[in-house]
Amino acid sequence: MSVTAVVTGMGVASPNGLGTKEFWSATLNGKSGLGRIQSFNPAPYPARLAGEILGFEARDHLPSRLIPQTDRMTRLALVATEWALADSGVNTADMIESDMGVTTASSSGGFEFGQNELRKLWSLGSEHVSAYQSFAWFYAVNSGQISIRHRMKGPSSVIVSDQAGGLDAIAQARRQIRKGVRLVVSGAVDASICPWGWVAQLAGGRLSTSEDPSTAYLPFDHRASGHVPGEGGAILVMEPAETARERGATIYGEIAGYASTFDPQPGSNREPGLRRAMLSALANAGMRAEDVGVVFADASAIPELDRSEAEAINAVFGRGGVPVTAPKTMTGRLYSGAAPLDIAAALLCLRDGVIPPTVNVAPDTDLGLDLLGPEARAASPRSAMVLARGHGGFNSAMVVRVPE
Amino acid sequence: MTGRRVAITGMDVLAPGGIGVASFWDLLTEGRTATRGITFFDPAPFRSRVAAEIDFDPYDFGLTPQVVRRTDRAAQLALAAARGAVSDSGLCSEELDPGSIGVTIGSAVGATMGLDQEYRVVSDGGRLDLVDHEYAVPHLYNHFVPSSFATEVAWQVGAEGPCTVVSTGCTSGIDAVGYAVELIREGSADIIVAGATDAPISPITMACFDAIKATTPRYDSPERASRPFDNSRNGFVLGEGAAVFVLEELDAARARGAHIYAEIAGYATRSNAYHMTGLRRDGAEMAEAIEVALDEGQLNPGDIDYINAHGSGTKQNDRHETAAFKKSLGHHAYRTPVSSIKSMIGHSLGAIGSIEIAASALAMEHSVVPPTANLHTPDPECDLDYVPLVARDQIVDAVLTVGSGFGGFQSAMVLARPDRRMP
Amino acid sequence: MSNKEFTLTDLRRILREAAGEDESVDLDGDILDVEFEELGYESLALLEAGSRIEREFNIRLDDETLTESMTPGSLIKVINAQLAITS
Repeated sequence: MSVTAVVTGMGVASPNGLGTKEFWSATLNGKSGLGRIQSFNPAPYPARLAGEILGFEARDHLPSRLIPQTDRMTRLALVATEWALADSGVNTADMIESDMGVTTASSSGGFEFGQNELRKLWSLGSEHVSAYQSFAWFYAVNSGQISIRHRMKGPSSVIVSDQAGGLDAIAQARRQIRKGVRLVVSGAVDASICPWGWVAQLAGGRLSTSEDPSTAYLPFDHRASGHVPGEGGAILVMEPAETARERGATIYGEIAGYASTFDPQPGSNREPGLRRAMLSALANAGMRAEDVGVVFADASAIPELDRSEAEAINAVFGRGGVPVTAPKTMTGRLYSGAAPLDIAAALLCLRDGVIPPTVNVAPDTDLGLDLLGPEARAASPRSAMVLARGHGGFNSAMVVRVPE
Repeated sequence: MTGRRVAITGMDVLAPGGIGVASFWDLLTEGRTATRGITFFDPAPFRSRVAAEIDFDPYDFGLTPQVVRRTDRAAQLALAAARGAVSDSGLCSEELDPGSIGVTIGSAVGATMGLDQEYRVVSDGGRLDLVDHEYAVPHLYNHFVPSSFATEVAWQVGAEGPCTVVSTGCTSGIDAVGYAVELIREGSADIIVAGATDAPISPITMACFDAIKATTPRYDSPERASRPFDNSRNGFVLGEGAAVFVLEELDAARARGAHIYAEIAGYATRSNAYHMTGLRRDGAEMAEAIEVALDEGQLNPGDIDYINAHGSGTKQNDRHETAAFKKSLGHHAYRTPVSSIKSMIGHSLGAIGSIEIAASALAMEHSVVPPTANLHTPDPECDLDYVPLVARDQIVDAVLTVGSGFGGFQSAMVLARPDRRMP
Repeated sequence: MSNKEFTLTDLRRILREAAGEDESVDLDGDILDVEFEELGYESLALLEAGSRIEREFNIRLDDETLTESMTPGSLIKVINAQLAITS
């Protein structure tokens, strides 16, 4: 019998709420964090909306020594980690350092930090490039900085699979716990809302060019025309169920099942891999489809991707067979941070018996989904499935369930 | 040992001075070096002006013009190596369930070269803060997310199982293979095309390593610039490259009569939780990774016939890992040959871990330990047998290879013969 | 003869920009003879500060200067000696 991995703490940095409480209350009330970009002038660009975290002052939360050497995504991740550890009630100082690890996902690294150093390189010369450019932008930086700040010497890792990576990192954390690690900080935070990051995202061809935050990101709606990107994510503290119980921790839920697949090459005309990932995740959890009370959708808002996701959900759960929601309609797509945020929302949904809403969307009824509307729905799911797909063919599915 | 075991059944390497396994191995065993004055751009403004570059033409490896257009050099190196590895394995992908095949690619710095070049254009030489999207290449998103490397390889080899990029700085090449091993052991995949790639020789990378004085400022004789463990060393030489393996469940590999280079017997990683770039002198966390990797492979320190060192050629690294070997292997550390192939092919960041796994497997295959080039006068604090200058003929049944990287990551992997006697 | 002089005030400003300041240290206090390590600055912070000093004061510091200057006082001395030569 393998060790059960549970979530005992969470720290959230979301465009519609900084902090778990703030995020959850905003989310249940349908409060959106989408708006016109504030951090730079978006006027020259065809897409101008984003889910930005406003009012985050890193200096209020972090030692001044860390500020010059960190990108925004690292600052947010460090703060979210501190909140998650506090929430878990664990005292890391009492633990053996090599019993604790860090496994995060990243999608594009510290892109804004990289942008600023590239600007210095090309406009001023190579001697102006910061010493911190040697690590502050790279994909491993959040795991590294978290491990240093909290003296975690156990196995650490960093997974990059675009938006699916957030689930892949949590699954890797579960593997480590099954191998005997006592605590893993997992999840992901991304933040690439800067001109250079924006141009790169525009090239992806999936950004909404709408100017109206209430109609810009409409997954599963016949008006769907791309997504609004956001910044942020969630950090989770994971532990073996047994030791969490022994220390009397509050357990949000168990990471019960997971699988990831890859789509066939474009043009093959074969079925995308999402359904396979969902079925394998259920099998991995030892559960049947009817045991799942709610699905948190990937919700790409690209019509053909919405259709293929709806088909996969219907194939597994039956048409309209499970409530489906996309609270990311209030945050935008957060790249690797999206799925950990959905896991956080799913666990809070299990705790509180309420499914968070999907805002602004008039569901395309042809898709056959029981999609949540703008109001939260009272329900008592015992288990939730979170779906995440990454640009280029990545599919991951994860099942969380209430603690035994 | 219970449960599924994992073997290397195919490999290919693209390294400076050695494209393809045969030429790579010739370079290493002849102790030749591939470091040279930088040719990719004018190195005059830089403190460090040497690198280990590959003379690489993606069209030699079957990449089509459109694939070349949409990929960074690092992805191209990975594609070329993946193609060679699959061919070497003798697997016929048409006969396999695509869902049972995965891809795990390690990379420390992703599409750095492409990003550097594209930024220069969209910012018009750094003049525009609001960079101009109309000058961006259409596939810039592929540079933005290095997960595109896994996508490209998955498409090429027809993988539809778990695919991802592992990015843990300079241990990425070990950690990516280690991640793949775990996936096969747990049954998430039966075959994984795993390895690592990096192509960081670009102004932004040279500039940031200049700023921390990590790369060598020596450029009077570029071919002797990388000097791990030598008293005169003063920094590493940046390199590039890729190595990709076909990893297979051992019983299945045996059943189909595959050539088995080695079993990946053990793997572990630890963090030093100390500093993003600094290392503590005692090497305790690397030592722990080594101990756990040996334990996982049910091997004793005395079973290790060769240590493929990280050996980057910075003072702090060379002393750190020497301490780690002594701490983990005890007196066996003094009897075991240790060498650094970075003396010949430089340090290709995330890629090098996989390239060093390839060198380790080839040492077993050919019963030869590659040397540490440019090692004339060892640092007195580095008092192990570093195999200076000349390769050594020797039976190699088990190899330890290690990596150490920014972020504090310390990784160790043990390769062994699958038919070894187990306790 | 240049009238440029590198002062403790310059060093404090550059250290703050380059590496922040440790909350438990009073950087405005009497720090001339306090070791950098005690002030919370490790080699990376000093490299970053050093490169800012080099650019702003148009001097070159030897690789060893930053690793061997243990205190603000000794670093200031080395920098002013450099300034005297280059002016």
